[in-house]
Amino acid sequence: MIDSTRLRAGGIALAALLLVTACSSGSSSSPSSGSTASTEPGASATPTAPPAGSLQISGAGATFPFPLYSQWFYDYAFVNPAVKFNYQSIGSGGGIQQITKKTVDFGASDAILTQDQYTAAPGIQAFPTVAGADVVAYNLKALAGKDPLILDGATVANIFLGTIKKWNDPAIAALNPGVTLPDQDIIVVHRSDGSGTTYIFTDFLSKVSDQWKSQVGNATSVNWPVGLGGKGNEGVTGTLTQNDGSIGYVELAYAIANKVSYAKMQNSAGSTIEASIASTQAAMADFSGQMPDSLTISIVNAPGKDSWPIAGYTYLLLYMQQTDCAKGKAIVDFLKWAWGDAGTKDATNLNYVALPDAVKAKDLAKLAQITCNGAPLG
Amino acid sequence: MTFTSLPRPRASAPMGRLRALWQHGDGPFRIILIGASLLVLLLVLGIGAALWLNSDLSRQAFGFTFLWNTTWDPVKGIFGAFPFLYGTLVTSFLALLFAVPLGLGAAIFLAELAPTWIRVPVGLLVELLAAVPSVVFGLWGLFVFVPVIVKPLGIALNTSLGFLPLFAGPVYGPSRLAAGLLLAIMVLPTITAISRDVFRAIPAAQREGSLALGATRWETVRRVLIPYGRSGIFGAIILGLSRALGETIAVTMVIGNNLDLTPSLLHPGYTMASVIANEFTEATTPLYVSALIEIGLVLFVMTLIVNAIAQLLIHRVGATVHA
Amino acid sequence: MSASTDLLATGARQRRGRRRIVNRIMLGLAGGAAVVAIIPLAWIIAYVFVQGIQAISLEFFTGLPTPVGVPGGGIANAIVGSIITVGLGLLLAAPVGMLVGFYASARPRSRASIAIRFITDTVAGVPSIVMGIFAYTIVVLPQGHFSAFSGGVVLAFIMLPIIIRSTEEMLKLVPGALREGSLALGAPEWRTTWRVLLPAAMSGIVTGLMLAIARAAGEAAPMLFTAFGNPNMSTDLEQPIATLPHTIFVYANSPYPDWQAKAWGTALVLIVLVLVLNILARSLVGWRSRGMGAVR
Repeated sequence: MIDSTRLRAGGIALAALLLVTACSSGSSSSPSSGSTASTEPGASATPTAPPAGSLQISGAGATFPFPLYSQWFYDYAFVNPAVKFNYQSIGSGGGIQQITKKTVDFGASDAILTQDQYTAAPGIQAFPTVAGADVVAYNLKALAGKDPLILDGATVANIFLGTIKKWNDPAIAALNPGVTLPDQDIIVVHRSDGSGTTYIFTDFLSKVSDQWKSQVGNATSVNWPVGLGGKGNEGVTGTLTQNDGSIGYVELAYAIANKVSYAKMQNSAGSTIEASIASTQAAMADFSGQMPDSLTISIVNAPGKDSWPIAGYTYLLLYMQQTDCAKGKAIVDFLKWAWGDAGTKDATNLNYVALPDAVKAKDLAKLAQITCNGAPLG
Repeated sequence: MTFTSLPRPRASAPMGRLRALWQHGDGPFRIILIGASLLVLLLVLGIGAALWLNSDLSRQAFGFTFLWNTTWDPVKGIFGAFPFLYGTLVTSFLALLFAVPLGLGAAIFLAELAPTWIRVPVGLLVELLAAVPSVVFGLWGLFVFVPVIVKPLGIALNTSLGFLPLFAGPVYGPSRLAAGLLLAIMVLPTITAISRDVFRAIPAAQREGSLALGATRWETVRRVLIPYGRSGIFGAIILGLSRALGETIAVTMVIGNNLDLTPSLLHPGYTMASVIANEFTEATTPLYVSALIEIGLVLFVMTLIVNAIAQLLIHRVGATVHA
Repeated sequence: MSASTDLLATGARQRRGRRRIVNRIMLGLAGGAAVVAIIPLAWIIAYVFVQGIQAISLEFFTGLPTPVGVPGGGIANAIVGSIITVGLGLLLAAPVGMLVGFYASARPRSRASIAIRFITDTVAGVPSIVMGIFAYTIVVLPQGHFSAFSGGVVLAFIMLPIIIRSTEEMLKLVPGALREGSLALGAPEWRTTWRVLLPAAMSGIVTGLMLAIARAAGEAAPMLFTAFGNPNMSTDLEQPIATLPHTIFVYANSPYPDWQAKAWGTALVLIVLVLVLNILARSLVGWRSRGMGAVR
């Protein structure tokens, strides 16, 4: 009895092993989907292992651009099937950590690197790829179905500091004449996990409120004075939808996709602006002449009258001196494609804001300076 | 300990050795066993060492004050573990409070009372619950469990017992109670499945003897089976507790991630594992990373202490009962 | 009968009656506990099913991930990746775990056993994310890249305590008579263990293995630092690889409803896979305990 059981066990284990081997060898022997150069990006790929000799490039970092990057890499696989990109959105800090340790080939971050981080990764360069906007989302049943609320920087800062506690506070009422605000407590919701979204939001709050700047500061993760922490965008949205009278911040793309109410903002020029691609582009344009050589710049609280005040770039992190020339060249070629028409179309479709020409030019100029073993790749 | 009654055939020395090894291979067997155990010891020492070494910056900066400091400010570089310590202890305790009686009860039902057509599928399903990924628990917890069960329960507790600081409002939904209850659900399969197997492995003679002496079914369970299987059940509970202490993603989605130290169960809280999960990949300064690793170290030490106490308890109550 | 015996008889009857009532109540509570334990289970499974079934199609099993808005696509890479990483983890953890379980069960009161139990429970309490960070430090950093191998290693660490504990406890419950009889017949200890104790405890040990596999199959956090994830199909142990729980994690954290639906679909696939594995394993070793356990 025992022996037949063992025989059975062995037989099944063997069968399982054969199955797995068959799967894997089957996939590696069939031609890769990309190489058949199908023209429709919409066609789904059949499962194959990368063909022998194809390059595998890994990258890690910000969650904000992840949907866009995954679209880019997918489309680019049809342009150059010999390169396979693997991007994992582990967070801006994670991206910086991993590229510093060189466990990945490129990093991505919404946050601007600090001096210490530049020192820890000598030769690292940030390249802005796209920009995005944060919005202040809220759930107030009393205002359901009505026009979006209007807020401004100082008010938002005070709400998140906990000094404004009720929805019918005079500061909010002053910005929304004619709207009856309920006498209800404001429940603040913020991100519990560190994120680039928080970085951009706290950057904005630091610029519009001295109290915020001294008490809390600007980082991917801060010590929030009040509120509940939700993990990830869906954690924040989940908590928002379940608590009447709550307020939080999410990325614009997320708010649109999930049909969350978000406020209009009164920017520093005094005009009431809605978050959109156009208003984010205006914010970028306000700072376009000031892009430093490091190619990183904060674009929150833009001075222009059409500018959305809570916007930010997201950056790709690459070493200027590449050690693997094939991979370096592949990444450079990919970036040139991404800043071209095809890449820009993808970005706009997904509610990301493509770079203005001036910034693109600077990017490309810097890209041309990347070298591998002495020789330029660009 | 062993003796053979078979005459050993005369063979050349190496063959004889081999045969001896086959028949009495206890020496090598024991070496393999000890080797395997040493591997596990190495693992624990390795983890402890890695945690200790990598938290160096933070330990030097804060010393022991890290344990009772209540501030956690990444921007200013001030870190203290107390809010997380508190949250972990409270949620794990709550989890066991619900999971142990429910799990044991269910195990008794499955092992002793249920007919085969119930026992097999239900047992399978309970084990399946262990396969539900943490992130699914978290999502279900946030979108279903909290609004449908926990929040109404919290409101009920608050209305009736709100004068107790334990149940003081306001009630948001995500809270320590939510995390504790969700953890209870998550450790239930471990406790139930292992306890069930413990009960089923107890020899029939024990049951029959007890019943023959006139004890009711329940008395048999209470006075014979549970004491007999005490060690295994305790092992199951400790495994469950360990899971509760270290659970990250599901807890962080329903606990509210708030640093306030109010005693109320209905208030959001924070656990050690959650803060590591939330902030590790985004930690930008070496001190920040070191502080997070030090939290891992505190959790590690806490597990050591809990297990030490558990071992002492077992020893005190009496060693395993062998047939 | 005299009055005093009547009284005694009445007293005994009353005590018996009360004991019967207590018996009924407690057994009823046990049944109730089982029901309460099943409710969240059934609820979660039903929820995952309802949310996930819309994403399921043949292509879901055979296709590779597509970006947002591109219809179709699947999780074939994650299915293969999970099988590889969990399989590797099992390969590493099961032999070591069972051997350690043997050792600890042989003389349960010895210092070695107590030490082993202590160490095992400590490992069990390490959060999966800390395990991931540890595996990152000892495998990924020296290798200089993420890999499926490191994913298997971290899963082995996670599975180890479950396997050790359940093996040990199940072996301890095998009646001493079996062991002593085998030893008395002249079998060496290792043979006694392999041929007598193991089969007797097999059902319980398989439960432990199943619990360990189930746990490992569902761990996402450690994968972030080891297997890393991969949108392409890969079976290379030296390259990053996708796994089911990691895929769920990534999709669930996204803003897009179609990705979120895929997250649920993936969760459904994961749960069904584990169920199938469980049934397979049970059919191998039998649904009943092989030992002298069940009354029925």
